[in-house]
Amino acid sequence: MNAPFRRKEDNRLVRGRGRFVDDEGGRALHVRLVRSPYAHARIRSVDVSAAEASEGVICTLTGAEVATLTNRFMQIAPPPADQVIDYCMAPDRVRFQGEPVAAVVATSVALAVDAAEKVRVDYEPLPVVVDAVESLRNETLLHEQVGTNESWGSLFEWGEVDKAFADADTVVTIDRLKFHRFSSTPLETYGGVVTWEASGRIDMLCNLIQPGVAMKFMAPALSVSPEQLRVRTQDIGGGFGIKQNLYPYLMIAALCSRKAGHRPIKWIEDRREHLQGSAHGNERTFLDIKVALKADGEITAVSATHIDDCGAYPRYEPLGGVIWSQVAPASYRLRNLRINFRQAMTNKCPVGPNRGFSRMQNVWFLERVVDICAHEMGIAPDVMRQRNYIPEMPWTTPNGCVYDSGDYAAMLAMAKEMIGWDDWIAKRDAMRAEGRLVGIGIGTALDSGTNNFGQSTIVNPKSGLSGNSEAANVRVGVDGSLTVIVGSVPQGQSHETVAAQIVAKELGVPEDIVRVASGFDSERATHTSHSGTYASQFAVTSVGAIHGAVEKVRAELLTVAAMLLQKQRSELRTGVFGGVAGVGTADGGSHVSFADISNLINTKTAGLPAELEDITLNCRYVYRAPFQLPDPVRKYGNLTLTYAAQVHVGVIEIDPLTHNIHVLDYAAVDDCGRVMNHTIVKGQVIGAAAHGFGAALMENLRYDANGNLLTATFSDYCPITMLNMPNIRYGNRESPSPFTYNGAKGMGEGGGGPIFALSSALQDALAASGARLNQSHYSPSDLHAVMTGAPARGVAQVSATRQRPI
Amino acid sequence: MSSRRAVRERLLGRRINTMAETMKIPVSITLNGSIVRADVEPRMLLVEFIREVAGQTGTHIGCDTSYCGACTVLVNGRPAKSCTLLAVQADGWSVNTVESLESGDTLNVLQQCFADKHALQCGFCTPGFLMAATGLLEQNPDPDDKAIRKGLGGNVCRCTGYLPIIEAVRSAAVVIKERRS
Repeated sequence: MNAPFRRKEDNRLVRGRGRFVDDEGGRALHVRLVRSPYAHARIRSVDVSAAEASEGVICTLTGAEVATLTNRFMQIAPPPADQVIDYCMAPDRVRFQGEPVAAVVATSVALAVDAAEKVRVDYEPLPVVVDAVESLRNETLLHEQVGTNESWGSLFEWGEVDKAFADADTVVTIDRLKFHRFSSTPLETYGGVVTWEASGRIDMLCNLIQPGVAMKFMAPALSVSPEQLRVRTQDIGGGFGIKQNLYPYLMIAALCSRKAGHRPIKWIEDRREHLQGSAHGNERTFLDIKVALKADGEITAVSATHIDDCGAYPRYEPLGGVIWSQVAPASYRLRNLRINFRQAMTNKCPVGPNRGFSRMQNVWFLERVVDICAHEMGIAPDVMRQRNYIPEMPWTTPNGCVYDSGDYAAMLAMAKEMIGWDDWIAKRDAMRAEGRLVGIGIGTALDSGTNNFGQSTIVNPKSGLSGNSEAANVRVGVDGSLTVIVGSVPQGQSHETVAAQIVAKELGVPEDIVRVASGFDSERATHTSHSGTYASQFAVTSVGAIHGAVEKVRAELLTVAAMLLQKQRSELRTGVFGGVAGVGTADGGSHVSFADISNLINTKTAGLPAELEDITLNCRYVYRAPFQLPDPVRKYGNLTLTYAAQVHVGVIEIDPLTHNIHVLDYAAVDDCGRVMNHTIVKGQVIGAAAHGFGAALMENLRYDANGNLLTATFSDYCPITMLNMPNIRYGNRESPSPFTYNGAKGMGEGGGGPIFALSSALQDALAASGARLNQSHYSPSDLHAVMTGAPARGVAQVSATRQRPI
Repeated sequence: MSSRRAVRERLLGRRINTMAETMKIPVSITLNGSIVRADVEPRMLLVEFIREVAGQTGTHIGCDTSYCGACTVLVNGRPAKSCTLLAVQADGWSVNTVESLESGDTLNVLQQCFADKHALQCGFCTPGFLMAATGLLEQNPDPDDKAIRKGLGGNVCRCTGYLPIIEAVRSAAVVIKERRS
């Protein structure tokens, strides 16, 4: 890997020649959505007459029409939340600010915007509930027919929790921890160019990132077969999971297209729409936390209530209600867990599977538990972790998940060394002596990849999804080049580069002759129902599929070459012969080029021998991850194939005047198994870290009590910029996964490391005050409130009870 | 009211009257060295002119409040966010976009350094960063990290975590200096 770094994607992208969805649809009509300013209101009437009379307007669409033209979305939840009525546009009631209530189709964006402002909607405001804990009291119901605001809830219990508490030396209780709501906000917003063709086919050129699953939501709602949908993507300007919730908007565009006489409709969301109405990350509150500990700091049991907030409509939820349990004990050997998991619907934007989806929230919870307990026990946070880390791999967790490989203690040691831990401890103490607020923190992040969709049966036994798969196709061209098609939907993850690298390496040919036709196309490319780019799985599912397709193509090439060269297949190999990719003998004495082989199969087919008639040189392979269905009653089974990990160590200082948090030093160590491309892996680690810093320091989707989103523009939400991004010392360890063919693990989500490390460092910085911080995000004003002792929610009530004399 | 319209109203210093906006005004903008003439509505933003009238789609739109910098171009040689300008304001001006950086199929130094240092992933923000960095290096050929952070602090990248972008700009500055000496 000493060759200079080169990415296949970059030539077009640095020249501004990428093809993003907003670059397409030149002759399309444009749609502008009318969205609710209220978080919760009955729609008394929608008057589109003035809009329809406006210049350039072709047609309008209202929620009431949508309710007659489509079916409500299927719900993943079992009863009673399966009764949630969710349409792509609100028919008679809005449940979050920004929910679409009408659409206006016009010949230009400007004319559509003008006309949309003439749509008159008469709302009757209803009481609003924005807090998940309050929502579960069911005083204000979002969906009356469900009878509760709980979208799903269940008790997860593994091991002998009561016994562990009875045997504990110390029991620590924490009243409340809160993981805040944020989003990775891809720079390219949602968009689509959609045509409901006269033939019945619905063509959706868009930036959806998990098309296989989205098609299963859209097709029944539109009363069409999933095969009637042609979903396709090109270059995508970032996704981070958030673009999964695009499908309701694609449906609106499809209905508009049909109503406009099957003309193409283009819809590009603006940033305010994105922040108000696309998808947010899951917000979670942890209550009544009880921790059983041994005198040496070993955590033997944890019990708590987790209340997740999925916003107004569950959509992809309540899958997050089980996905967290992929990392139920986080990176710890903890055997006894009792988690009462409940998910609430609130008058806020629906959530989507944002980078680190659902696992990050649970790992943050346990990282906070570890730090708070370390503090109570008087044990250093690094020592506390070393005592509790999983000691050996593979490791079966109390709920049957198998952590494949990794050495968390070694990663922590590496991160400590990189940052100069002992020196920093001394420096911190010296700075504190000067009255400065300095803290050091640790975060151990897990990035579980390649979901077993069978875990959906834990949420709903009737779920129709299980396992995981991906498809790839490799074709030998008449010029001897190789074309790779894969069902993944890259949004910056360098799949073209890595796919070409894999194919070239396996066949022993230069990467230049490998073309990767990137982008999803449900009709003309290859895919399975699980296809997409999400949940850290490309390195396993897509690479597994590419590897399989390459093996099939290799076998065909050898078969043809053996016949042409009059050799045994075993004597032949693929590679470069005389400067040309081909098949030949080990000594190169006898060879034939890929181009000649391809022409024999594709071009000069007269007289083709019968034994070659099954040869296509166009081979598809479907990788299926080796999963069984979990036991939905015990909530037990292997939910994920690989576990990448990161250990972060950070040093922070709180400015005593502004209460801004400054990062003084930072190290991140990544282990994602065998690394296929170090530069790309490092890029993913640093990029994911930026999301963590942004979330911890700046980014918060904050609602007021009336359900108004207070951070609805980038100028209010303030995504992290170069001005706030700290330097990072980067380290890597490679613990090959025993469960993948090349030892690589899925990675890229990163797991939220900086959120954990900064929470930990903040607690350390304020240690002297005795305050136990309980939030994942502190604005300077939040910190000011904590530090001045103002009654604030940002502090946990913690108690430690020694049950046994030491 | 849409936030884009709010921006337009702020720029115009008055409320937009829809009837009046349908009047079109002739503008002539030199875009990447070629003159582009069109009759445009006064409310059309420069970025919309570049993308929709001139069909140069390398310049991107990432927000409505001039925070993200995806639409950064050079206006008379200085970097500017093309969503903060009206097309009618740019009448007679010279505007350069990312498409002007390459010579034939050859990337310029900054483009090459962005690729070499993995300073882009999805590439959506990249045109804006390249134009902001072009402007920065014009003004300050030897920027330290602090100057780079300040110079590019008005651009958002959601993929790279910025550190590789800083490295790319630093390395481009070195290459440009070497070539000049």
